[in-house]
Amino acid sequence: MTNELITSSASELAARLAAGEISSVEVTQAHLERTAQVDPAIHAYLHVDAEGALAAARAVDARRAAGDQLSVLAGVPIAVKDVMTATGMPTTCGSKILQGWVPPYESTVVTRIKAAGMPILGKTNMDEFAMGSSTEHSAYGPTRNPWDLERIPGGSGGGSSSVLASFQAPLATGTDTGGSIRQPAAVTGTVGTKPTYGGVSRYGLVALASSLDQAGPCGRTVLDTALLHEVMAGHDPMDSTSINAPVPAVVEAARRADVSGMRIGIVRELTGSGFQAGVQQRFDEAVQHLRDAGAEVVEVSCPSFTYALAAYYLILPSEASSNLAKFDAMRFGLRVLPEGIGDPSAEQVMAATRDAGFGDEVKRRIILGTYALSSGYYDAYYGSAQKVRRLIADDFAAAFERADVLVSPTAPTTAFRFGDKLDDPMAMYLNDIATIPANLAGVPGMSLPSGLAPEDGLPVGFQILAPAMQDQRLYAVGAALEARLLHAWGAPLLACAPTLNAVGQEA
Amino acid sequence: MSRPTTEATLPFEVALASYDPVLGLEVHVELGTQTKMFCGCAAVFGGEPNAQVCPVCLGLPGALPVVNEKAVESAIRIGLALDCQIASWCRFARKNYFYPDMPKNFQTSQYDEPIAFGGHLDVELEDGSTYRVEIERAHMEEDTGKSSHVGGATGRIHGATHSLVDYNRAGIPLIEIVTKPMTGAGERAPEIARAYVATLRDLLKALGVSDVKMEQGSMRCDVNLSLMPKGSTTFGTRTETKNVNSLRSVERAVRYEVGRQAAILAAGGTITQETRHWHEDTGVTTSGREKSDADDYRYFPEPDLVPVAPSAEYVEALRATLPEPPAARRRRLQAQWGYSDLEMRDVVNAALVDLIEQTVGAGASAAGARKWWSGEIARRANDAGSDVPTLAASIGVGPAEVVELESLVTGGRLNDSMARAVWEGVLAGEGTPTVVADARGLQLVQDSGALEAAVDRVIEANPEVAQKIRDGKAQAAGALIGQVMKELKGQADAAAARELILAKLA
Repeated sequence: MTNELITSSASELAARLAAGEISSVEVTQAHLERTAQVDPAIHAYLHVDAEGALAAARAVDARRAAGDQLSVLAGVPIAVKDVMTATGMPTTCGSKILQGWVPPYESTVVTRIKAAGMPILGKTNMDEFAMGSSTEHSAYGPTRNPWDLERIPGGSGGGSSSVLASFQAPLATGTDTGGSIRQPAAVTGTVGTKPTYGGVSRYGLVALASSLDQAGPCGRTVLDTALLHEVMAGHDPMDSTSINAPVPAVVEAARRADVSGMRIGIVRELTGSGFQAGVQQRFDEAVQHLRDAGAEVVEVSCPSFTYALAAYYLILPSEASSNLAKFDAMRFGLRVLPEGIGDPSAEQVMAATRDAGFGDEVKRRIILGTYALSSGYYDAYYGSAQKVRRLIADDFAAAFERADVLVSPTAPTTAFRFGDKLDDPMAMYLNDIATIPANLAGVPGMSLPSGLAPEDGLPVGFQILAPAMQDQRLYAVGAALEARLLHAWGAPLLACAPTLNAVGQEA
Repeated sequence: MSRPTTEATLPFEVALASYDPVLGLEVHVELGTQTKMFCGCAAVFGGEPNAQVCPVCLGLPGALPVVNEKAVESAIRIGLALDCQIASWCRFARKNYFYPDMPKNFQTSQYDEPIAFGGHLDVELEDGSTYRVEIERAHMEEDTGKSSHVGGATGRIHGATHSLVDYNRAGIPLIEIVTKPMTGAGERAPEIARAYVATLRDLLKALGVSDVKMEQGSMRCDVNLSLMPKGSTTFGTRTETKNVNSLRSVERAVRYEVGRQAAILAAGGTITQETRHWHEDTGVTTSGREKSDADDYRYFPEPDLVPVAPSAEYVEALRATLPEPPAARRRRLQAQWGYSDLEMRDVVNAALVDLIEQTVGAGASAAGARKWWSGEIARRANDAGSDVPTLAASIGVGPAEVVELESLVTGGRLNDSMARAVWEGVLAGEGTPTVVADARGLQLVQDSGALEAAVDRVIEANPEVAQKIRDGKAQAAGALIGQVMKELKGQADAAAARELILAKLA
């Protein structure tokens, strides 16, 4: 019974909860037990809120018993990335500088999740301030990939991808600045969507790069992800960049799973050399599945994508250097007094705190961004990067003239081993080559599993990109591909993952 | 901390013999909006420290700004009133620097895309001439928190044992209005600086966008000044004197900096580009923070806010809400009231324009309104360190009382000196003019028999004066009128007495 409660999809759980066959307390309890069992090995959570989750579960069960009208996902538990403020729980962003900080206010996303009656199991691990592709930059230690504990779970949202892949939660939230939802989904065999920029409120999400950050849903199926998408998305007057328009009908698109007559564009620059052979092979097979499902496949070229990584690593550090300036020990968070200085000044306390509280990758990007924005360098760096950003948006616009969606592998490789790229930031950054263009242009993207790479038996991600505010196309294509792959495999991909019970017992 | 030594200065006139001042003024105005620039906190002066704050204006992680539309509206109206162009699309920018009273360690401001730019303001000078101040730009930004440095002798950060920060002010909407460099002002530079700030203050008040109280900091002025050798067109190095917060100080600070910089240049020295502090008490500026190329605010467009893009229709609708410019209004009222330039200037300086306009509107003569509002009550207001409108409001005296007083005079019940006595009673809170006149028994002698008898007695008692009048010296009648007044204890109609005297001695 317990096993079934944790392996079921969110939509299955929702249906059984609505039918009164199971209670939210049972479902929540089952996931908390799973966490107690496997998370010591995985380390996906930075904070587990068993008490709060069970209280929320009891409340939603009581409302259901009283005959209240409840939202679709009411009673289905969820894990929240630690970048999102929630009252009653710490928000650390994987950083020492926020250790123990309990925010006095709540992000709009978390408020919506609570309003939907979804118990929050806890806060998931991440690279410090979402800077990284492996969770190795978390100040609290890395999260392990349930497929291979010696490998990275992706990043920055490796905690969220791992709770899904290890059945510790049926749903999770993420934020995606350059691929932090999609790349972790790809390397763990799960699903994740970065909605159109402005589709989900950023209010209460600790900012990395404001013009690139976008929160989105993570799940094990395309439909689950769509259901959570509709909970999270919608206009928020507290975020002036939030889109004031109806949320795209993503659940309906996921249910219809229809790609007949759709034009699928393969991005020439995001395939071929530089992509692992097994990654390319699974991608090509997936494209054939879509062709078989009635889609027309075309090739498009986006020549400016070549410069996306360079532009991204100027824009992101620039905005981050400014966004992270508020961590100064004056009003909240860590405060470190400098050693050997009696009666230190405010500036000395700021410096000592930032030195002790920020990790190396954060410092690296603050220094990069500060430099790029400096007088005399601004035009050459930040200014040029903004021009590239415009060219990339133009490339997307031209490509979407020829295709309804664009597709590529999500990441060039399957999950790499811990430490493999830690000393080579450029190699780490290159992991995001396929995901970054969508953030620069603000268009929506999804990653879903397309199989295991034959050479290492690890999950491969398939990326779908759509024009801004056409998020439903991701779900139509994703659900169609998922259905055909499921049929071909005979079982969900995660059924192939190691059973962590055994791993846990061995450990 | 040792007080900075006073620097040498050249007398103003000596300085101007060799150098031309170049003047620039930056005025920060706190808008009188209900809420702050980017959040819903109350934007009011005072209040318990750190009580008017929220996650947004405290800069807590994850909080986001949303632009106050009323502040944008005020900014556009200010821009229009200064004859500026209004940007059809502009962005906020982040000005990055670390300071404990700045919650985010960047100030959300505007950089190269101000909401308003390229305007001008004509200021009237003492000699009646007009100087046109070119406006570079007016842009929107947020105020910082307020630091209080405790434990030092001067209240400044040097020597303080600790500092307190109040974030109530953080996020209050500000408009910064920047002039283009003013050249050719010569010895009028201090006067022009003062007149500009005064004119701007009147304009902002008329717009109703701010309470423009310099003493409370809701209007703050920074004075930029440099000197160049006479005849040169290349600007010298400038200093920026911060927080010059009264009209008189603006004038004095300009005068002081001219003298100080001239002394340095005349001695072969160079001016340091720096921020300077104005000392109201001693009338000098002292060196603050040195400004250099190392000052780098790393401006970039604020990614958390969407651009401000006011439509042409919206801007024109706001243009229609602009009040009559204060200078034009003053010219119109002066013509309407028939005041001399001097009279009008006194009325303006005493802040009586509105009160007189209301009083005339209520039926009083322009001369009467000016006379009553600028007499006894003005003395009392001055003694109380207040102004006439404030004092009048506090004692409950308004246009109606002046109209009533004047009608008692024109109706023949009171003469001028009686009316003054009545007005004093009114100002003392004894009641309306009629009530005061009744209570004091003030009433001109209406009985012509009594007046004639008094006139006869006075003529008889002053035969020599009477003879002079008979000889045609009508001006001698004044002496007799005074006597008649005395006979009737001041309650005589002087005009009637004069007529009677002249008739009897014709």
